[in-house]
Order: sequence, then C-alpha cells, then structure tokens
Amino acid sequence: MSGGHAHALHFHGHSPLHRLPAAVKLVGLLAFVLAVVATPARAVWAFSAYALILMVLLVLSEVPARFFLTRLAIDLPFIAFALLLPFVGEGPRFNLGPLTVSAAGLLGAWNLIAKATLSAGASVLLAATTEVPDILAGLSRLRVPPVLVAIASFMIRYLEVVAGEFRRNRIAMAARGYQSRSALDWKPIAVSAGALFIRSFERGERVYQAMLARGYDGRWRMEGQQVIPRTQWLAGLFPGIVAAAIMVASRLW
Amino acid sequence: MVTQLSVSDLSFSYPDGTEVLKQVSLAIAPGEKVGLLGPNGAGKTTFVLHLNGILRASSGTINLGGITLSDETLREIRRRVGLVFQDPDDQLFMPTVFADVAFGPANFGFAPEEVDHRVREALESVGEWHLADRAPHHLSGGERRKVAIATVLASDSELLVLDEPTSNLDPAGRRELVALLSSLPTTQLIVTHDLPFVFELCPRSIIMDRGRVVADGRTGELLSNRQLMAAHRLELPFGFDPTNIASR
Amino acid sequence: MHIPDGFINVATAAGAGVVAASGLGASLRRTGRDLSERQIPFAGLTAAFIFAVQMLNFPVGAGTSGHLLGGSLAAILLGPWLGVLAVAVVVFVQALMFADGGIVALGLNVLNMALVTALVGWGVFRSLVKLLPRRSTAVMIASMVAGALSVVASALAFVLQYAIGGEGAAPLQTVFPAMVGVHSLIGIGEGVITALAVGAVLAVRPDLIKGLSDLKLPRLATTPSRRSIVAFVAAGLVVALALVFLVAPIASGDPDGLERVAIDNGFIESAKEHPLEGPLADYGVSGIENEETGTVLAGAIGVGATFVAGLIVTTILRRRRSA
Repeated sequence: MSGGHAHALHFHGHSPLHRLPAAVKLVGLLAFVLAVVATPARAVWAFSAYALILMVLLVLSEVPARFFLTRLAIDLPFIAFALLLPFVGEGPRFNLGPLTVSAAGLLGAWNLIAKATLSAGASVLLAATTEVPDILAGLSRLRVPPVLVAIASFMIRYLEVVAGEFRRNRIAMAARGYQSRSALDWKPIAVSAGALFIRSFERGERVYQAMLARGYDGRWRMEGQQVIPRTQWLAGLFPGIVAAAIMVASRLW
Repeated sequence: MVTQLSVSDLSFSYPDGTEVLKQVSLAIAPGEKVGLLGPNGAGKTTFVLHLNGILRASSGTINLGGITLSDETLREIRRRVGLVFQDPDDQLFMPTVFADVAFGPANFGFAPEEVDHRVREALESVGEWHLADRAPHHLSGGERRKVAIATVLASDSELLVLDEPTSNLDPAGRRELVALLSSLPTTQLIVTHDLPFVFELCPRSIIMDRGRVVADGRTGELLSNRQLMAAHRLELPFGFDPTNIASR
Repeated sequence: MHIPDGFINVATAAGAGVVAASGLGASLRRTGRDLSERQIPFAGLTAAFIFAVQMLNFPVGAGTSGHLLGGSLAAILLGPWLGVLAVAVVVFVQALMFADGGIVALGLNVLNMALVTALVGWGVFRSLVKLLPRRSTAVMIASMVAGALSVVASALAFVLQYAIGGEGAAPLQTVFPAMVGVHSLIGIGEGVITALAVGAVLAVRPDLIKGLSDLKLPRLATTPSRRSIVAFVAAGLVVALALVFLVAPIASGDPDGLERVAIDNGFIESAKEHPLEGPLADYGVSGIENEETGTVLAGAIGVGATFVAGLIVTTILRRRRSA
C-alpha cells in the first residue's frame, strides 16, 4: 500500500494517456463504465468490443501488460465467487461435461465477470496513468465539494504515516513476546487500533496548528486550474463515446 | 536597540489553571541567531506557539518589527513569523512538496504567478528545487527538514522559529542544516536540546525553565557555566568542551 | 463489502448514487463551517486511520475473515456527520486509486459502507449510552452493539439493492439469509474491535470521543480482561442469533424450507475451503453456504456451527503457527 506519487497502481510515464487532464479521464472512465454496466449480458460481441477498446488504450498508455494484469488481480476473489453462481442459480439446468449448471446462473456469472473485469481494468488504467494530486485536482474541477477533496488529500498524505505507526506498533508488540494464540485474541489488535486513533487525532491537532501558522483561515485554496482545450475533452471522451454507441446498439439488437 | 522581536511579561495558563509561562520577557535584534534552551516541560514549545498567535497569552505583549500582536494584526504576524514544527510530517501536510510550499503564500493572498515564483525561490534557497513534484513522505529526513524550512521562507518571514530542527537527522543532514541556517540572513530563534548545534550556530542563547527566562547571554559562556547548566538539567555530550573550541 | 460493477444494474446504482450524494450533502451542511475551519485535518487523519485499520483482517469463523468497516467507530469518535464524510472519502479513494469497488457502484458503496454504517452505528450507540448506566463498561457494550448492528444494517442495505436491481442470478431467498448470517459474524468482529478501540480511547483521551461529549462519565481506566472479551463475543453471538430469528422468517419466502433442514454437513466443509484472508471472502461464503438453508433453524444452526468451527480451525492454525 502506498500513497502520494508512487502509489501502488501508478506507472510513471509520458504517454498520451498520462498527459490527458485528470478531469477528462475521470469523466471518460465514468462514461465507459456506465456503458459497460448498461450492456445486456447476452451481447457478447459488445463486451469483446469494450475489451478491444481497453486493449488499445493500454497500448497507448505504454503501461506494460504485466503491470496491468497484476493490478487487475484485485478482481480475482470476485471472479471466484462469480464462478459459483452457475451452481446456485435458479431456473432450468443443463449438463456441462460432468457438471449440472443453471443457465441463468451461467449467464449471471458471465455478466458479473465481464462487467467487473472491464470496469476494474478501466479504473486500473486511470490510476496507472494519473498521479494522485492530479486525481484530486480533477475531482475538484468536476465540482466535488472542496471539503471532501481536502479530506481526501489529507488522508492520502498521512496514509503511509499512519500505516507506518501501526506497523511499528505491531513490531513492538512482537518484540515483547506477543503472539496471537487463539481466535479470541482480538484485544491487542483493538487496543493498538485505539492507540493509533489517539496518535492520528493528536497529529491532526498539530497539523492544524501548522496550517494556522501559515495563514490558514478556513478557506481551502486549491491550485489555479488551467482551461482544458476542447480537443483534449474530445480525445479523452472518445473511448467513452464509442462505448456508449456500442451499448446503445447492443440494447437495440 | 532596534528589535526584531520583543516580548514583555508574557504569561500563559492552561484552562485547568496550570501556569506554563510566567512573565517571559526577551528581545531579539534583526539578523540575530538565538538558541532557546531548557529541560523538557520548561515551556519552550508553548512559548513558540505564542509567537505566531496560535496560543494567546493570558497577559503580556508580543511585538514584531514594530507591530503588536492583536486580532487585527494576527494575519500579518503569522506571515512575518515562520514557524518550523518539530516533526516535518506535521509541517508538510500537502500531497506534493510544491503544493506544500505554496500553501503559505497562497493563504497570504499573493497572486498565482507570484506564488509560483516564491515557491521556486524558497526551494532553491534550501537547494531542493528538484524535489518540487515529489510527495513529502518519500523524502529523507534531511530533505524533509529543508523543505519544511522552505515552506516558511516562501512567505518572506522575518523571523524564523525552529523547534528541535536537528531531531531525527543523521550527522550529514545535521551538518547540511548548520550550513543552510548560517547562510540564511533571516533572524532565527532555535529551540533545541542539541547544545553543540546551538554552540556552532548561535552566538547568543536563552535558557528557560519552569516557564521563566533564567539566563540570557553568550552561548559559550552559558554552556561553560556548570552550576547554571546543572541547575536546569542541561548536559553537554561526553567529550564536548565549549572552552576548548574557538568561541563564536 | 466492496460491490464491483456489474452486480447491481445501472438504474439502481444511479438511484443509490443520488441518495448517497444527498446524504453527503446533508453531512457537509451539518458539519458546516466548523468543519472547514478546524476539522479537515482531523477528518483526513481519521480517514487515513480507517483506511489503515481496514487492512486488518480478523477471523470470523470457518476460515473466513472480515475486515473492519469502521463506520460506527468513526461515528462514535467523530460524530455521525464527520464520520460519514471520513468513511466516504475512504471509499472514494479505494475506488479511484486502488480499483477496489466499482465506479458506477460508487454510490452503492458510499451508501452501504459510509452512510448506513455511520448513521446506524451512531443511533444505536447514542440510544444505548443514554439508557445504560454511566460506566465505561456500558460505553463499550454500546460500542459493541453499535458496531455489530451497523454491519448487519449495511448487509441489509445491500440485500435491498440486490432485490431491486441485482444481476447476480442468485435467488434472493439465498442471498438474504446468507448475507445476514455471514455479516452477523463479521458484525461480532466489528463490534468487538469497535468496543475495544473506543475503550482504549476512553482510557486515555475520553475528551476525543464525540459520542460522549455531552455526557458526564467518571474517568475510568479500562483495559478489558480476557474474560470480558469472551463475554463480548458471547453477547455478539446472542445478537447474531437473535437477528437470524427475527430476520430469517422474513427472508425465507419458502415454507417448505423447513423440510429441507437436513443440516448440511457440506455447509461447514465448503466454507472451510475459502482462502483465509480473501478480501471478498464474505461474498464468497454468502454464495454457497446457505444453498440449502432458508429457514430460521438452519440459519441459527449455521451461525452457531460456522462460529464454532471457525473458532476451532483458527485456534488450531494459530497454535500450530506459533508452535
């Protein structure tokens, strides 16, 4: 886990995808995923087309396929669950080799795997090509309330600090001979969580003082935002628009 | 004497009645570098938080370059006093170094181009402009400290107040910090337990204990005064003898 | 608990998005000026704290582990509105920067994991703290129940969304008791950790607990004993069973289910096969374990058996690891 620049999903680069403004990419991501989710499960051709779009974007982004696929693994536990659906699904069943599966369940599994994977793939691509401060700036550009963006910004800044304190805490416990012995041993976890909260909160107090010291007066000033040229909007939204067209076609046929 | 900072009869108690500062008075001339020494719990950090108006005194006055601290002048005082906190992780709270250094100037109302210019100047003066796009938590201890100093330089502070600047620094980082601070012309007040550091950097020191100023004089003389040192739980590192080193 | 895209249809997700957005708007208004003035760094640090704590997996039984949702903890410590905002930010960042949870499903996830948990947790905590005697044990019991119920409420919210627009093809009669059953267990973990974490804060800085700020409590150092933890877990189990008894009859639309009670030995076995710490193991189990159940009795036995089996398995595993 990581925060800030080199966060776990970021791949440093200078591709056309990296250069697109974050706000454009965020809207593009939403458009693409909306199209994917709204597509009927039976339209297999449409999902193939989405996968193709994603592959083209991946090539454009210069993010290595290996990097992309390992990050996509976050999807795996869910695929494992989806694979169970054919066995618990309702409706008529048929034989698939040695197994008996429900047709509706099979379709449900396909629906889930296709959509969840495509959506996660698009999200991974966004995260891989966009640095965290840019995502935050993009969110505030898209009118996400500045207070939420500010909370997110603090959270990302201190994620590693807090996780580091937590890690040291557990090492210190282990160093003094602590071993979890039974399933009921939640107490040390919880007590260290409590201690961690106190430390986090007290750090919040000091950070607030540091902000005051540098003239903070309750107004959160984000950095100046440049105008995004229309061509960049068009270029960034193009995959999303194509996906939307495919979705409409898939629903009509 | 022309004063950069003059504090008179400053007293402060916590809401529960604990007296932390008792009639503290001191004056610092422009360009001076002064060490503020004292045992833990002497009230040094509390005192420092007053210089910026983060804590407000029960009585007494603070005057900075002719401006007296009050509700009306709070903002101006905060711009003029640059406070560098002990833990750079508290000081550097923005996602990038650039955004963090820009935080002060942006709050103090400088125009965007002016903010950018100041950020660059401040980071260059601490020799760390190349870190501008990095995230604070990926920097080394020494880099964090220098960037933390840049965050207050960017607002054109007249008085730099540093709380334990050498804590958690390796010897090389500490040496670089000495070089940086001695090269800065700004008036400096340095709160520290690191006596050789003060000896190297500050010709003058003030000792606080139990909320009072108990000594104020040349650093070399204070550090050589065994009685005074022992009375206030101050100890020199083994083998360090200020009388043997050319006094500053 | 992170719902991926494709599980709930667009219309339902969009509806949830509208509800979530208005909930966040209300929270922002309620926290109002005080928030922007003072509490942004506190909320940010708390969000970082919840993010870190969410990586903690705790055993819930049958080789399954849940992780803390943190909504009730955040609400008790920060107050409901700031708690909602802190957890919502966690969910946002997880989706956008860690690809955890869907994009279209963001509204669903914010609704279930931030709004429902924080508001239910706060409501339960406050009602109990006012009812119970003013003692630190009472505070911890209130935290425990608040934590447990917030998770169950979150699972119920999911079931409701699934009933409206689910695309999973698993029948509702399976999903409902499965989700509630498994989350009763996860709820025990959430409740115990919430209670102990609140207890730890109570012992050192009671002034930091927003949920107690208007109540006078005698200052008591609380380091809960092992016995009290056992008592907590037992209480949690009772709550879970009570829930099954109350909720399962509504869940089971099939009275014939009683005949199929033939208590599944496969139940425990299949559950054991799950990876110890799979982040979505809670879903995985929910899919199969209640395949044959749908009745009160089965649900209750299921909860009990899963719990006991899990206890045995994890205890053996840990003994072996530390041996």
